[in-house]
Amino acid sequence: MKTKNLPKQPWKKTLKKDRKFLIMCLPAIVFFLIFAYLPMPGIWVAFVRFDYAKGIFGSPFVGLSNLKFIAMSGKLGMLVRNTILYNVGFIATSTVMQILIALLFNELTNRAFRKYAQSFMILPNFISYVLVGVFSFVIFNNTNGILNTILKAFGASPINVYEKAAAWPLILVLINLWKGSGYGSIVYFAALMGMDREMLEAAKVDGATTIQRIRYITLPSLRPTIIILLLLSLGGILHGNFDLFYNVVGSNNVLLQNSTDVLETFIFRAMVSNSNFSTAAAVSFVQSVFGLIVVLATNFVVKKVEPDYALF
Amino acid sequence: MSEHKNKVRLDFSGRVIQVAGYLFIALFALSCLIPFIMMLAASFENERTLALEGYYLWPRDFSLDAYKAIFGPGSEILGSFVLTLILTAIGTSLGLFLTALTGYALQRPDFRCRNAVSLYLYITTLFSGGLVAFYLLITRYLGLKNSYLAILLPPLMSSWNIIMMKNFIKNSIPHTVSEAAEIDGASPFVTFIRVILPMSKPALATIGLFIGLGYWNEWYNAMLFLDSSMKYRPMQLILYNLINQASYLKNSLAAQNIPAQEMPLETVKMATAVISTIPIIMAYPMVQKYFVSGITVGSVKG
Repeated sequence: MKTKNLPKQPWKKTLKKDRKFLIMCLPAIVFFLIFAYLPMPGIWVAFVRFDYAKGIFGSPFVGLSNLKFIAMSGKLGMLVRNTILYNVGFIATSTVMQILIALLFNELTNRAFRKYAQSFMILPNFISYVLVGVFSFVIFNNTNGILNTILKAFGASPINVYEKAAAWPLILVLINLWKGSGYGSIVYFAALMGMDREMLEAAKVDGATTIQRIRYITLPSLRPTIIILLLLSLGGILHGNFDLFYNVVGSNNVLLQNSTDVLETFIFRAMVSNSNFSTAAAVSFVQSVFGLIVVLATNFVVKKVEPDYALF
Repeated sequence: MSEHKNKVRLDFSGRVIQVAGYLFIALFALSCLIPFIMMLAASFENERTLALEGYYLWPRDFSLDAYKAIFGPGSEILGSFVLTLILTAIGTSLGLFLTALTGYALQRPDFRCRNAVSLYLYITTLFSGGLVAFYLLITRYLGLKNSYLAILLPPLMSSWNIIMMKNFIKNSIPHTVSEAAEIDGASPFVTFIRVILPMSKPALATIGLFIGLGYWNEWYNAMLFLDSSMKYRPMQLILYNLINQASYLKNSLAAQNIPAQEMPLETVKMATAVISTIPIIMAYPMVQKYFVSGITVGSVKG
């Protein structure tokens, strides 16, 4: 970003010189003005008793009472806890899985196998979560689902997974792994491809076993990649994956709500199903503010660790 | 590279890792593939067999009923498929063009306001008004409820894609290329069209695929902004509705005078899922060709 500084000049002259480029950027500037900046003041809905007919700024101001209401009911704490715990689970398991795949891939020598395996592994990344929802229903439904067909074949009694709240954290983690691991492992694999081969050769000559090579040379070479990707994903820790939860768990499964409701699904339900705009906006407000703090904090850390990857 | 030359005798841990590695990767790769095969098989299965015996790797009782229902008269699925293709084509080409144009301008060292504009884009990734504000903007202030523009416009550009494009051009096309073109009398816009775009094919392919997949897999905005009064809706929403409201299909088939007990409901779900996945599978060779560059292009901030 540091190119030689252009001489200072009055802003009118700057604008005139930049005219051609500004016109090139104009569609984007207008686009983000409408779809990103215009909605920002809409967060005000969190502080009013929203009346659709009166609009955002015509509705009566109620201060913090929407926030208080949602916090007092204990709902907010549960949503924040669920969102963070699920994200921690997703990040931890998928990081381990992606590194494992990349390390194993790096050791396997058969090129044809690698090519086919990789094309199958990244396939789930490209499909919609609606289709993921179809797949999980095919596996778990209790009339002719695959899980229960297998259970019956072994003489076990079928289980209705959609009534077992305790099973869902595990199911969601597994589905998240299934969808993203193959694609995510590519970053680590690319890092391994770019690593210094000389050390590996030297280690071989010195009689290091394969496991020693992986433990002391290959794995440590991934350290910067791991740290950066972990930090970047921490920035989104307050953002639940709406598509995953909504499609896989189902839109209105009350039995599973305590264990599978995250901020996004609650906000959506509050607004769409209950038309409770103010409650939805209050939760959104908390999420946006704390989300911003988390991003700024992780960016601060990234800047210390690896300035190239800092967002600003 | 001769393969056997590299073949060194492996130590014990190396052999264990080879065996475990092939096994583990093969199992995971198969687990990724098998759901697609089962979906395909179930779509050609007889409805009754599917209900009684469950899913399998191939159809045990071959039937085309599901596809007949989908392509039969009065079905919205074919029209919705075409609609989704059109939305994807328009959204991807327009979005990609604008993304590249902005990215190109932002990396020009002689664009004095480039940092200000970049900051303007960065801020949108940090803070958003949330779902309620977005919903009210589209419905109440832009009046786009039940308009396809509500599906087409919001995903058109993303800051991340613009930043990625900017970094790609900056790192792979020297500024002297633009300078040379402009000394010959081309304007920056003409330079962009005639010189920069043809040189940016890998990035265009990668980002285009991301945008295209985004449009093809879009269902959220469609669910929010298109109600059942719209005959044709994006494929993923059609699929979502099929899964979640069986009544939806009952209504649509009742219109074709097919009695309720003969409706191939489960297999129609699967056939619709197959049809909604076909374009992705067809784009797949291209996806594969560029996916590595896609993940590494512009990953380092320049």
